[in-house]
Amino acid sequence: MSLKINHLLGLQNIAQSDIQLILDTAVTFREVLERPIKKVPTLKGTTVVNLFYENSTRTRLSFELAEKRLSADMLNFSTSTSSTKKGETFRDTVRNIEAMKIDMIVVRHKSAGVPLYLTRISNASIINAGDGQHEHPTQALLDMYSIREKLGKLKGLKICIVGDIRHSRVALSNIYGLKTMGAEVSVCAPPTMIPRNLETFGVKVYTDIHKATRENDVLNVLRIQLERNAGSSIPSLREYHNYFGITSDVIEKNNKDILILHPGPINRGVEMSSEVADGPYQIILDQVTNGVAIRMAVLYLLGTKN
Amino acid sequence: MIIKAKIIDETGLQRTITRLAHEILERNKGSENIVLVGVRTRGEFLARRILKKIVEIDGNEPNLGILDATLYRDDFRTRLKQPQVSVTDITFDITDKDVILIDDVLYTGRTTRAALDALMDLGRPRTIQFCVLIDRGHREMPIKADFIGKNIPTSLNEEIKVKMKEIDDEDAVFLVEINNERG
Repeated sequence: MSLKINHLLGLQNIAQSDIQLILDTAVTFREVLERPIKKVPTLKGTTVVNLFYENSTRTRLSFELAEKRLSADMLNFSTSTSSTKKGETFRDTVRNIEAMKIDMIVVRHKSAGVPLYLTRISNASIINAGDGQHEHPTQALLDMYSIREKLGKLKGLKICIVGDIRHSRVALSNIYGLKTMGAEVSVCAPPTMIPRNLETFGVKVYTDIHKATRENDVLNVLRIQLERNAGSSIPSLREYHNYFGITSDVIEKNNKDILILHPGPINRGVEMSSEVADGPYQIILDQVTNGVAIRMAVLYLLGTKN
Repeated sequence: MIIKAKIIDETGLQRTITRLAHEILERNKGSENIVLVGVRTRGEFLARRILKKIVEIDGNEPNLGILDATLYRDDFRTRLKQPQVSVTDITFDITDKDVILIDDVLYTGRTTRAALDALMDLGRPRTIQFCVLIDRGHREMPIKADFIGKNIPTSLNEEIKVKMKEIDDEDAVFLVEINNERG
């Protein structure tokens, strides 16, 4: 069994069998993370470059750890300390890095489509760690893994993504991935945060958080991204919290079996109250642990493919 | 693939497993400090059967774990097909234990090398002893088994097929001929 894809650019055009293989392989690496020596020699001699053109804590640390735990050699590149500041083009930067004989590139960029562009100018295997408002496939994969770990399946589950759907790459990757795996996907947000014609994707739209909580098995709560100008879609953060924030009250009134996910970082008191963020319904820190296992699985499956 | 001979039948396999269990207990003076670790896939079933026998003989039940050594292999770059990885399931501490590593066939020794490296990452055992059902020769690594079900000298275009009821339809060991050198 090996992946059909050679790069992980997104979950839009990826086979169900590929998603299944990544999720199943991650179970193996989840076990490795529980060992006293959390390292295997599998990617010894493989060089991975983390090309981060946008700020990141979780995703970047998670990829770095995944690479180290597979014994890959890793290089970090960030714009603040690089020649990009001296005016070098993106293409030249990549060509130069590749001339140093590297095998894989993990890329995050503020512009959608950069990972795809990379596959055209480079021979390395490309992993998208978030491109603009397009996709963030490893985040969606770890969300799917975490849901499957807790609830035992994905097929037939009702999963609602709450928050700024329009600006969110996490939402788009989740919609593609979950639909491929047979889940029923819906979104819940103020109408200004929902892209037009989203129903054509086969996604149900809620504008009432109480109803969404009642009718779903899982809420995947997204961060309100002020850096992506989310403020122009809502009157105030306080008003957003009052109408769409997940509080103990919302959960206990509507559905005590609900499972709450959040990709982090959390804006406490905006998309969810502190009580919920630390409470019994959420699996936010499990998601972080599973993220390392998912990224190890992706790196392993792409890095050992002939 | 042509079957050349049936080397062990169902009764023979039972007898061999009984003898291996006795040898393991004899060498270790009982089962107090031993743990069994089967190498996926057939090593797992072999380990379960040896464990059952040990419980019958000794009354005590040692821990049983399953090891997947795929991540430690040395042939990722040369193989055409990507190997399937499975989960290692060893929930107990192997430090200071006498680990009985169990596999079905010993051939080049490369899988055993990978399994040894995988075990060392889980703790520091007092000893690791290696038990195989069939030793077919042609070693490429300095590795030797402590407990051997049967030595079967083979040529390179032959292969040993171990069948176990848990996943196959019968209990038997066959010597088969294959066309390519390293099927």
